[in-house]
Amino acid sequence: MAKKAKSTLINMLLSLTVIAVVAAGVLALVSKVTAEPIKKAQLAKKEAAVKTVLTPFEKIEEKHIDGNAVTWAFNAAGEPVGVAIESSSDKGFGGRLGVVVGFDTEGNITGYQVLETAETPGLGAKAGEWFQKGNKGDVIGKNPATPLSVKKDGGDIDAISGSTITSRAFCEAVNNAYQIFQGNVR
Amino acid sequence: MKLLNVSGSPHVHSDESTKKIMWRVNLALVPMLLVATAFFGLNALLISAVSVATCVLVQWLIEKYVMKTPSTVCDGSAVVTGLLLAFNVPATADMIWLVAIGALVAMGIGKMSFGGLGKNPFNPALVGRVFMLISFPVQMTTWPTVGKWFPMTTDTVTGATPLGVIKEGLTHEGATIQSVIEANNLPSLWDIFLGHMGGSQGEISAIAILIGAIYLLCRKIITWHIPVSFIGTAFIFSGILWLVNPDVYMDPVMTILTGGIMLGACFMATDMVTSPMSKSGQLIFGFGCGMLTIIIRNWGSYPEGVSFAILLMNAVTPLLNRWCKPRRFAN
Amino acid sequence: MKTIDIIKNGLIKENPTWVLVLGMCPTLATTTSAVNGMYMGLATAFVLLMSNIVISLLKSLIPDKVRIPAFIVVIATFVTVVQLFMAAYLPDLNESLGLFIPLIVVNCIVLGRAEAFASKNNVWHSLLDGLFMGLGFTWALTLVGMVREILGAGSIFGHSLIGGNDGMLLFILPPGGFICLGLLMALVGAIRRKAEKK
Repeated sequence: MAKKAKSTLINMLLSLTVIAVVAAGVLALVSKVTAEPIKKAQLAKKEAAVKTVLTPFEKIEEKHIDGNAVTWAFNAAGEPVGVAIESSSDKGFGGRLGVVVGFDTEGNITGYQVLETAETPGLGAKAGEWFQKGNKGDVIGKNPATPLSVKKDGGDIDAISGSTITSRAFCEAVNNAYQIFQGNVR
Repeated sequence: MKLLNVSGSPHVHSDESTKKIMWRVNLALVPMLLVATAFFGLNALLISAVSVATCVLVQWLIEKYVMKTPSTVCDGSAVVTGLLLAFNVPATADMIWLVAIGALVAMGIGKMSFGGLGKNPFNPALVGRVFMLISFPVQMTTWPTVGKWFPMTTDTVTGATPLGVIKEGLTHEGATIQSVIEANNLPSLWDIFLGHMGGSQGEISAIAILIGAIYLLCRKIITWHIPVSFIGTAFIFSGILWLVNPDVYMDPVMTILTGGIMLGACFMATDMVTSPMSKSGQLIFGFGCGMLTIIIRNWGSYPEGVSFAILLMNAVTPLLNRWCKPRRFAN
Repeated sequence: MKTIDIIKNGLIKENPTWVLVLGMCPTLATTTSAVNGMYMGLATAFVLLMSNIVISLLKSLIPDKVRIPAFIVVIATFVTVVQLFMAAYLPDLNESLGLFIPLIVVNCIVLGRAEAFASKNNVWHSLLDGLFMGLGFTWALTLVGMVREILGAGSIFGHSLIGGNDGMLLFILPPGGFICLGLLMALVGAIRRKAEKK
């Protein structure tokens, strides 16, 4: 076994510097190698989310309006077929509830996905499925020109059982998305 | 030869044997069982039976096969836990089997994992109840509707306790306590006192709870300190809030009659094992329970806070015992 | 030291979770499902393996007084590598484990093995120690995750066991993590003691 390096100032400086430089080099390399795939993975995720909320499309184009991401979808002929709008509500049970909502050109909801949630598992966290097509709180095909609201507040949406607050926040987030749709599409 | 009776922890409060005390507590719980049966019918009896049977069975199994000690199921403490747990759940058909899981947790985790009677830091029935509340939030907040006497079956409705309705109602803009009470047709104070309202099986009827509590007081199994300081603190604190803003805070009489304050103060907070031994400790214990309950009800996310309040104060009990040690003579 | 002893130590006798009770933060936080627990364990195992190898190679070059900062730089490098690769190739997992991947840096198992084992033993033994300590951590986390997922969500590795039922929510919430870990620790301890008696 080699003799152990003594703890002199020179030794300490030297060993730490060398280790740090090598580590920095390794990380720079790894970061370079993974930069492209990370970008791709993020894009793929966004596209997948947009795909689930919109009718089939050929290509997408994204822009930001007032800090909300708005993604236009076009068919092969270059005509817009729908738009996916990210929005949120701060009135969730656990804080922010972020959604992406797809609208067709008329403003009817073609789909939604919950992007960000801190709701209670098993209760509010059900929002991801509850309002999908065929489920109890189905909002697909509805047009928020008359804002969505839960039955308890006089609307026609079935709230998630035991999670009225989350359901209200969800409705608000969808209505917010529709506001953006109204402001920029019409 | 008569052997000395060496028994577990609850020995300072009273000189009676554990067995006698526990069966008397069970007797004191009977009025509540009768009222629950009157309002909720067969479900109430079934839930209580399942809960008690599971508690006894779990204790027996653990003592026989895990701890390998002589069985103590005859002392009646498992029956007390079973009944109290059953009194803390809504009397719906779902509960008949869900309460068995709650009873398993109450006895297995809440009591036996600490070594059995006298060694558990938390009230086992409340451990079971809070476990169920968090694990089955929908079923635990779905209440049977009240209206008929001795119903064979009941309809169920979500969040229909007075506390739940008011908490929910106040989230609307511009709503006040009065407007919510009127809009939802909440029962009158007299109905609430009798128990004619939505709620857990055992907590609804203040009068049945008081009968049981007075019996326990006469038998000197509980003392007045915890119930009086618990209910008194809740009354005074909610009264102050009510005087400040009666639109947002419930009036103090309704506060102590709805939800689990009565049941909690008389039967759960007074549990000998998990409450302080000295009188001054008990007064502080009751004060803490009362404050926490009102704080959770008004500013927490749950409409009811009694079980959380008692469990939190259970955790403080060892400190209170140390702080409020009776002074030695000649000191 | 015999190879077989190192393997036994990591997996059972000095298992980081059941016996040493190290690294409880990721153990409690990431075991909400079996898959999460398993990948968290594997990520830690990789860091442990690599840092043990490198540190045992460098042990004679690092002066005693600066060994802790030197170890931490090595560990942090591998953690960042794991994180970048996860973000690139396993983005979903990266999201669900989130903060707990970078936190491997401060996981006491990793620094503990570097300090207690790799800085005193040769490369081959350090490699084995890192690998099997990591696998010991992995099986423990997977087991906790499995039990919590079965009880809390009624599924196992994402496959539903009972249709449409929710399970007991408490078990996928933080208090359920503590209860599960405690009960499993007692159970594993009892089995271990019984086995040792024979």
